[in-house]
Amino acid sequence: MTDATLENSPYAFVRKETLPQETAPLSVAGPVAWIRANLFSGPVNSILTLLCIYIVVTTVPEMVRFYFIDAVWSGTNRDACLADKIGRPVGACWAYIGDRFQYFIYGSYPVPQRWRVNIVFAMFALGVVWLLWERAPLKKVGFFFFFVLLPIGAYVLLLGGPNAEGFLRWLIGLTLVLMVVYLVLSFVPALARFWIGPAFLAVEEALPPWKRFYRPKRLILMSLVVFGLIAILADQVGLPRVDTGLWGGMTVTFLIAAVGIVFSLPLGVILALGRRSKLPIIQLLSVIFIEFVRGVPLITVLFMANTMLPLFVPQEYSPDRLLRPLVGVALFAAAYMAEVIRGGLQAMPKGQYEGAMSLGLGYWQMMRLIILPQALRIVIPGIVNTFIGLFKDTTLVTIVGIFDFLRTIEATLVDPTWATPTTRATGYAFAAMFYFLCCWGMSRYSISVEKRMAAGQKR
Amino acid sequence: MSTIPTETVQPGKASLLYDPKIRGYVYQLALLAVVGFLLYSAASNAITNLRAQKIASGFGFWHNAAGFDVNQKLIPFSASGSTYGEAFYVGLLNTLLVASIGIVLSTFLGFFVGVARLSSNWVLSKLAMIYVEVIRNLPLLLQLFFWYNAVLKPLPNPRQSIELPAGALLNNRGLYLPDPQLGPGGSLIVWTFLIGIVASIIFRIWARKQQEATGKQYPVGWIALGLIVVLPFFVYLVTGRPISFVYPEIAGFNLRGGIQIFPEFVALLLGLTTYTAGFIAEVVRAGILAVSKGQTEAANALGLRAGPTLKLVVIPQAMRVIIPPLTSNYLNLTKNSSLAVAIGYPDLVQVFTGTVLNQTGQAVEVVAITMAVYLTISLVTSFFMNIYNKRMALVER
Repeated sequence: MTDATLENSPYAFVRKETLPQETAPLSVAGPVAWIRANLFSGPVNSILTLLCIYIVVTTVPEMVRFYFIDAVWSGTNRDACLADKIGRPVGACWAYIGDRFQYFIYGSYPVPQRWRVNIVFAMFALGVVWLLWERAPLKKVGFFFFFVLLPIGAYVLLLGGPNAEGFLRWLIGLTLVLMVVYLVLSFVPALARFWIGPAFLAVEEALPPWKRFYRPKRLILMSLVVFGLIAILADQVGLPRVDTGLWGGMTVTFLIAAVGIVFSLPLGVILALGRRSKLPIIQLLSVIFIEFVRGVPLITVLFMANTMLPLFVPQEYSPDRLLRPLVGVALFAAAYMAEVIRGGLQAMPKGQYEGAMSLGLGYWQMMRLIILPQALRIVIPGIVNTFIGLFKDTTLVTIVGIFDFLRTIEATLVDPTWATPTTRATGYAFAAMFYFLCCWGMSRYSISVEKRMAAGQKR
Repeated sequence: MSTIPTETVQPGKASLLYDPKIRGYVYQLALLAVVGFLLYSAASNAITNLRAQKIASGFGFWHNAAGFDVNQKLIPFSASGSTYGEAFYVGLLNTLLVASIGIVLSTFLGFFVGVARLSSNWVLSKLAMIYVEVIRNLPLLLQLFFWYNAVLKPLPNPRQSIELPAGALLNNRGLYLPDPQLGPGGSLIVWTFLIGIVASIIFRIWARKQQEATGKQYPVGWIALGLIVVLPFFVYLVTGRPISFVYPEIAGFNLRGGIQIFPEFVALLLGLTTYTAGFIAEVVRAGILAVSKGQTEAANALGLRAGPTLKLVVIPQAMRVIIPPLTSNYLNLTKNSSLAVAIGYPDLVQVFTGTVLNQTGQAVEVVAITMAVYLTISLVTSFFMNIYNKRMALVER
């Protein structure tokens, strides 16, 4: 009924105007009602709420007092953090963190050489931002940078020295072989073009583009760059060698995490493809590897790498103490990565495979151009989650005697220079902050990717 | 329309090089050759290296005298007279002990936190969220160090033990509980207790079948409580209270009597439980959220109240989603218990891959045995999981 009809109503008992809207009663709206509905809706709920409030009230102010109000922020040795020396209650001893901060970052890496670590850190940060930032330009170059240049650059920079021969010689040999392969692959058609001339060109032109002869110019260029980097940086510049026994702290933690991701991702792709392969032996071997690694704890893999790897290679190639857990971590992460990527491969609609095949693409072309780009995109959150697990697992190398970040914390805790009753709580809080920020940041990133992809799926 | 040429197209004779079948064989043979070569060279290198280092091979060490002691043991073990084989079983049992208790505790804590996160109680759900975020984003090893070094180590020494209710004592050597002693007729209580558990399980199965057949429900929880708690207590009273306790007491610098629970065990259990519970909480939350809202609404429309809706409609469907990841979390807990080596709890890895490996130097055998144990646990679990999944899979039209 409209107002007009109300006014014209012939009945005296009918209101002539609409009443203004009443505010909701306090029992259903407003803060009191919210508290009643959400915190005290029943006896059980009320008890739980009171219990929670009790927990918060007893812990939070105590922690604030310990870590901020009573904390000691500067000092050069334990005297700054002893209650009877400074005459007031002492909370966290942040002075100790400040004093040993360099050690937490670089371990025992020689001070004059630490700029090398800084450069690697900067390169690493650049690579991470390049790959993770959705709108960063030249993604392909970014991949090349992160998966090829960064590892080699980091290896040469961190280890340095013309003494770095054993492994380096292998690497140079490998690069040479690869270069020969590329050259043959690219020059045979080129020579054919040159000698046979127009006839060959006509044959080639008649073929659809993806069947033309392989012309990997860019790959030659890249391998040349790689080769040049190795040769120049290692042999010509002649950085002083820093033995891996001196590496430590966050450097090693990030190093293990980076090696894990750089090797586990490609390996994981190969294993996932192997597991989905129709060739029975390839499938069987992939399944055995994946299930075997996923069935045992990382610790046993690390023990195996530490004690058995030196047995499996000739004595003169006995791997470095730091290299052993790196191999273990990379293989371990690869198995988990493979399962994540397999999920992505299975989520691809069959039409994508059929579409690719109907275009005449071969297996590797289909995978490289059609399936993997889509499959990897949808499992980015899973990859990041695996990576968070990997990052937390880097702490396990402590057990096989590698000085990662957690180990440096433990090492400073037994150092009498900073032996105070609150040092341990401070050190663990600092370690917790470091790991929490890294892992939490990564999980935020994965959630944001998930959201962005969900937005793309919405119609 | 012109006439269509009717000649059939002959399939082109492809070169053998492009036959996918032949190629497949070649690739596989090549892979086999590579793997075979790697295994062969690893084995031959290992033999040469072991010979050079004069390390024995084979499993002969199994029966050799161990010559070290282990503080926590479920079976008799001593430095004099026990073998490496027995050390293996001591470690294995310790691993299974901490894993099984951890699984039970983390399930309870995880379900509680997971449900709390979905609670309409704002404070509770925020606290649960903070718990999950903090626990899941910190390495387990750091948490173990925290529990062991920062919580349990600073406890007072035995002479200044903290007295807990029921005569238990807490100090930096562990938790001392009263030791129950069975008097005459005491075994009857234990038997009643065990029979009560079995009877409850049988009753539960029977009640489930009855409910599926007739829709009638039985108070399973109360009857189980009666069978497992009240009945043994009744027997306890009838037989004249045959259980007595030996209480721990201070004797010199140490404690005497009672059951000692080592701080390593407590720290590992606390760490594993709280860590895994954070993951289980997320699994539970995801499982409950996976049940579509329509199910709850339909149950309400049928006139079911909140309790029965949860018990009869939401939870059975959520369990289908929860159980597979829950099992993998149980497996993770079992595998993570190997971190015991970092705080010195004598589990399989600490005793066998640690001490025995160091003493014998037989890395290949020792690591292989350890891996085989974990692998067996994983494979057996996933075998049962597959059976369960097949039974629980949605039967679609």
